[in-house]
Amino acid sequence: MLDFAEWLATTEWSIALHESLYLYPWIESSHVLFICFFFGTLIFVDLRLTGKVFTNLTISEMNKGVLPLTVIGFFLMSLTGLLLFYAIPVRNYQNIFFRIKILLIVIAGLNVLFFHKRMSREAKNWDKDSFIPNSMKLSAVVSLFVWSLVIISGRLIAYNWFDCDRQPQSEWINFLTSCVVDYQLYEEINGS
Amino acid sequence: MEANQLIELFYFFEDSFVGQYIRGSTWLFPVIESFHLLGLAVLGGSVVIGDFRLMGFILKTERISYVVKETRTWFKFGFCLLVLTGLPLFLSEAVKCYYSRAFWIKMICLTIGIAFTFFIRNPLVLKNQDGKLIPLIGFSSFFLWTVVAASGRWIGFS
Repeated sequence: MLDFAEWLATTEWSIALHESLYLYPWIESSHVLFICFFFGTLIFVDLRLTGKVFTNLTISEMNKGVLPLTVIGFFLMSLTGLLLFYAIPVRNYQNIFFRIKILLIVIAGLNVLFFHKRMSREAKNWDKDSFIPNSMKLSAVVSLFVWSLVIISGRLIAYNWFDCDRQPQSEWINFLTSCVVDYQLYEEINGS
Repeated sequence: MEANQLIELFYFFEDSFVGQYIRGSTWLFPVIESFHLLGLAVLGGSVVIGDFRLMGFILKTERISYVVKETRTWFKFGFCLLVLTGLPLFLSEAVKCYYSRAFWIKMICLTIGIAFTFFIRNPLVLKNQDGKLIPLIGFSSFFLWTVVAASGRWIGFS
């Protein structure tokens, strides 16, 4: 994986992206705007499931009305996110917050899978009875919570506290970030 | 107020207890910033859903006043979270903000955005359902808050 990231970093477009004065900030700002589209609308979908907003609408009506925006937001957010990764691949790959973020996205994705499967099967029944099973409400709360953590860890990627070029770090940090560190070198420096 | 008096004021903000306290910590600024971003997502979501309804893109069968009423509460919640986190962020780097063009663009658009939302968009939309101006109001609100968010992000690049 590190080899792959290192190879990505040598590609022409990656160098162009991180060296450009304006392109990188523009992509990052649009990433934030698409987060608003994705997570902002998802908040309302999840809040509908817990019965906090838009209770005049059935679950299907709410999803039909709002989820397309959520999906569009997701794709644009992912696209800009991939570009941001591509601009600085090695540093991102070895960044602890990036790794936490990816792990959280996987968890959120599994939640969506579970949620969507049940939703497509049973949503019609909930519309009729206007009753939402507790497991669905829990899934909505998990979604809100996990995506919030994704955003927080995403924001923290920008900070270099645990970066590989900032040594010494504790061994478990270097393990989690797969930093390649010549510990002997530090011992020699400390010893002299 | 003259320019040199204004910069004095910004130095005063930066020297405030809160400003100094945040600058003295490694973690505080990033953590407050993260919650600022979450507040933005809440506000952004209510703006997107409300204004896209005004522009006639989504939830077309629902009454405009209902959609705006349902999103308004969360708009206010997001807004409070943004102000509560935004003020300490500002205090910790007020002088940098003074010299940042993005900061002033944000403050101007924010002022217009607040006035537009609370004195024009909401009252008009809640009263009048079928005005021809409604889509334009939706577009203006969406545009204003987009500029506020983008220029806000841009403060961090300078």
